[in-house]
This record gives sequence, C-alpha cells and structure tokens, in this order.
Amino acid sequence: MKLRRCLNRWVLFAATVLMLAAWLDNAYYYTLLNFIGIHTLLVVGLNLLMGYGGQISLGHAAFFGLGAYTSGILTATCGVNPWLALLAGLILSGGAAFLIGIPALKLRGYYLAMATLGFGIIVYIILNEARALTGGPSGLSGIPSLALAGWPLNTPRRLYLLIWMTVGGILALSANLVNSRTGRAIRALHDSEEAAESLGVDTARMKLKIFIWSALYASLAGSFYAHTLNFIAPASFGFMFSIKLVTMVVLGGMASIWGSLLGAAVLTVLPELLTVFHDFEVVIFGAILMVVMIFLPRGLVRGIMDLWEFRHFKREGGSFV
Amino acid sequence: MEIFAPLLQYLISGLTSGAIYALIGLGFGIIYNSTTIINFAQGEMVMLGAMSAISIYHLVPSLPVAFVGGVAAVALVGLVLERLALRPVRDPSPLTLIIITVGAAVLIKGVAMLLWGKEAYPLPPFSGNVPFHLGEATILPQNLWVLGLTVVLVAALEAFFRLTLVGKAMRACSYNPRAARLVGIAAGRMVQLSFGVSAALGAGAGILIAPLTLGVYDMGTMLGLKGFSAAIIGGLGSLLGGVLGGLILGVAEALASGLISSGYRDAVAFLLLLIVLFVRPQGVVGGRR
Repeated sequence: MKLRRCLNRWVLFAATVLMLAAWLDNAYYYTLLNFIGIHTLLVVGLNLLMGYGGQISLGHAAFFGLGAYTSGILTATCGVNPWLALLAGLILSGGAAFLIGIPALKLRGYYLAMATLGFGIIVYIILNEARALTGGPSGLSGIPSLALAGWPLNTPRRLYLLIWMTVGGILALSANLVNSRTGRAIRALHDSEEAAESLGVDTARMKLKIFIWSALYASLAGSFYAHTLNFIAPASFGFMFSIKLVTMVVLGGMASIWGSLLGAAVLTVLPELLTVFHDFEVVIFGAILMVVMIFLPRGLVRGIMDLWEFRHFKREGGSFV
Repeated sequence: MEIFAPLLQYLISGLTSGAIYALIGLGFGIIYNSTTIINFAQGEMVMLGAMSAISIYHLVPSLPVAFVGGVAAVALVGLVLERLALRPVRDPSPLTLIIITVGAAVLIKGVAMLLWGKEAYPLPPFSGNVPFHLGEATILPQNLWVLGLTVVLVAALEAFFRLTLVGKAMRACSYNPRAARLVGIAAGRMVQLSFGVSAALGAGAGILIAPLTLGVYDMGTMLGLKGFSAAIIGGLGSLLGGVLGGLILGVAEALASGLISSGYRDAVAFLLLLIVLFVRPQGVVGGRR
C-alpha cells in the first residue's frame, strides 16, 4: 500500500514533466519552470540539512554562487567545456563545505548558522570585489549554453527537459538517502544527538556528510543557473537569497522531499503572478517564516492537513482520551 | 614615523565602531544568558533606534528627547517581539528559534523600508561638528560621545545586574531558571525584560552611530552581524568579553580597510569571526562550556 502510493507519486511526477514538455509552447512558461527546477535543487539540499539534519545554513546562496561563478568563469573566460566546469564547481563547493563543516559542525546550535552566514557574506564580498575574475558588481556575461552530444540546449524548452530530469534524479536520490542507513542515522541525530551517539552514530561525520551533499546540490543548481541565464551578477547570491531558500524550505515543510518542490514552486511563481509582491517581498518572506514556524512548524501542507484531519476527527465524534 | 599618523586615525575610527559593536553584542549576550536564544533581529533594533530617533527629532528638535524617545520605542518593540513571536513557540529548538528571529529581522527591515523608504536620513551630531586634532589624527566630537556613552552604558548595565533586585533576579534566571522560579522569581517576566533591555541597548547604539553614518532602513543587518561577531569573539554572555570583542573587531576592521582595501572591510570582520569560531569557540575571555 505504502509502496504503491510512493510509486504513484513518481509516475505522476514523470507524467506531469513529460506532458508539460509536449503541450506548453510558450517560452516564458518554460523559463519559469526552469527556475522552479533550479530552486527545487537548492531547496531539496537545504531541506536535507535543515529538516533531516536539524542544522541550518544561512549562507546557502554562497554555494549556489560558487557553482555559478566557477561555471561562468571557466566557460566564458577560459573556454573550458561546460560539463567539466560544472564538475569543477562541484569540487570547489564540496571542498569549501568540507572545510567549513569540520570545525563548525562539531559545535552545536547556533555556530553552524553563524559560520555559514559569515561564509556567505565573505563569498558575496569576494564576488563583488575580485573584479578581474568575476566582473564585479556589474556581473559576468557571455556564458555559453550547455550542449548535450552536440545538441545545444540554448532555448528554455530544450533546457527544460535537462533541468527537470535532473530534478527527478535528485529527488529520487534524496528520497533514497533519507531512507538509507545514513538517512536513519541523520534523522536520529535530529531528534537527539546524545541518543544517536549512544547508538554508535558518528554524529559529526553524518552532519558533515549531509552538509556537503546540500552544498553539492546548490553548486549544481548554480551551474545550471549560469548556463540558463548566460549572465550572472553577485546580487543573485546575497544574504537575501539565502533567506529566500530557508523560506522555501519552511513553507514546503521541513523533512519533506516533495514539500521542497512545493515550497520552491510557490515562492517562484507568486512573485511572477503578483507584481505587488515585489514591493512587499521582504515583508512577506519575514511573515511566512514567523507565522509558519510558530503555528505550522511542520510546513504549510502538512500543517493544513493536520488541522483538517483534526476537524474531521472531531466531527466524527472522536476523542483523544 | 609617517606610518604612525594614519595608524592613530585608524585606531580612533576602529575604537568608535568597536564601541558600537560592543553595545550591540552585549544585547545578544543579555538575551542569550536568560534564554540561550540568539536573537537575529537584534541588528534591526539598532536600525529602528536610529530611524525612530531621526523621526522624533523631526517632530521635536531636541536630541535628548529623540534619544530617550527612540530608546523607549524600541524597548517596547523588543517586549512585543518576545510576547508575540517567541513565547507562543511550541517547539523551542535552536533551529526553530533561529528561523523565527531571522524572520522577525527580515519583517522589521521590510516594514522599515515601507515606512521610511530607501533614503538615508541625517541626525545632527550631539555637540557640533568641529574636529580637533591629536597629532596627525582628527577626532570628531561624536567619536568621543560614542566612546563616552558606551562606557556609561556598560557601567550602568553592570550596576543594574549587580546592584538592583531585578538585575539580580535576571542573573539568577540565567544561571538556573528552575531554581529561580522556586525562590519566587517570575522567570517568564525576566525573559521578557531581557528582550526589552537588549532592544534598548541596541537602539542606543543605533542613535549614537547615526550622526556618523546616517540612518537607512538596511543599516541593521550588517551592524547586527558584527555585534554578534563581537559577542562571539569576546565570549558569548560575558560583559567584559563583549566589550573586548567589539573593540578587537572594530580596530581589526579599521586597520584592514586602511591598509588593505576598504572593499574587503566586512570580509575581514567575518574572517576574524570564522577563525575564532574554529580555533576558540568559547571566545577570547569565555571559559569552556
């Protein structure tokens, strides 16, 4: 029963992706869908860290930026093959996560939040100041599009399939990771680090592992982003974008792989639909973070489902005693 | 000999911003001591202090009134924040509390942008703008006001915690909330009070720095982070450590921007934070936790 429901979701996901590819013929919608896909990659990674690992990164935009700029600089300035550049971005981001993670994850509570925040700001400043390398605040242009076996992915529609197949793969990988031995260990340390340790879980190593995974997802998303827009500027990788990612995780629901997709989709589409949203963007993100965490700590969907189930339960004369 | 002249100037500007970081960092420490919460909205209190003092000054052109009014208004915001956003939380894990206070910071900043717009507003210096000279270096009266009032505020804070009954009760709560409750201290109220005191301290810092830097809706984020760095560098929750951490940070930053490049000024501050976090997370003064 559970397996069938699980399987149905994947079939539904694949069918939706393919159907949209067949029917939609508006470049704008594909662009929007591509951004949802890129944000989903970021949010799934951050959700692994927050929802499953119980840690937080307030500088996730930095890993996104490292991926984007490594791809951008290597392809536009040095003429390296985009796929090799993407790999270089992964190595750089993974290495950075490793270096920051080792000391920060040994400490508890607020220290990783602070260390990632500091790291995010340092990366943002370097992107702005190292003009010779990054083009400074005005950005880096002329980034070529990706190509797959000689077929250039230079329209939103062509990119769409690549991005969403990657999203599908990453979702499957993450679902698998969460249900593996590592995943169970990680969830155990979310509930109680002491209990997990007493059962023989090497908590520092597990946290480091999941932190590096989330950085790798972000770097991958960054490389896709650079090749999608063909132009990048530091403004896309600042503190506010890190906060936006945390908001997506919180809205979609922590410790929910599919919730990440929802959170990314809602907060990517809403600003497009409501032009008012732009002026109030900061206020709305702040309000979402506070209200959801205070009243619906399990995320929007699960929170509303919980409320609905509770009402249903009461109507049928159920009682908790 | 030439090299010393700019050094003295860097030292003065470093000590001035360091004093501000220290005040903000002490605000973090007060809340941390009573709740083990890091209030990421602390920086926004600094901004609110500066902005509301500027607004009050426009209505009543008197600096003392603006100072007291700004501090009082922001202290109220601190109390309200604790009551509305932190007390109702059902699962007070660090992760939840980080997200809520970050959310509060973003919300306050957004509202400030809607209220005051994106322009920067001036606040007149407390006693004129005539600089005086110390060797090759120039000192503005406002630099002295910042340093002097920081000393006064820190001393007042120390006296409050050591000498008054309420201060002693707050300290008792930070050592052991349950034991404090057993001897009849309203621990919940002490927690709320700590939010009020630290918001007031942050507002004071904002009003002191406003004549030197202007007041803008987004000034709080960076000041808050630097204040937090100061608190961590000195040792979270320690009064002496917070002051020391602030001064170290301010001077390091001023030297870096003077000797290396002003663009990397903020990067140096956070590099220092990362080094301290990794090498000595309990801070320069703090003992082992």
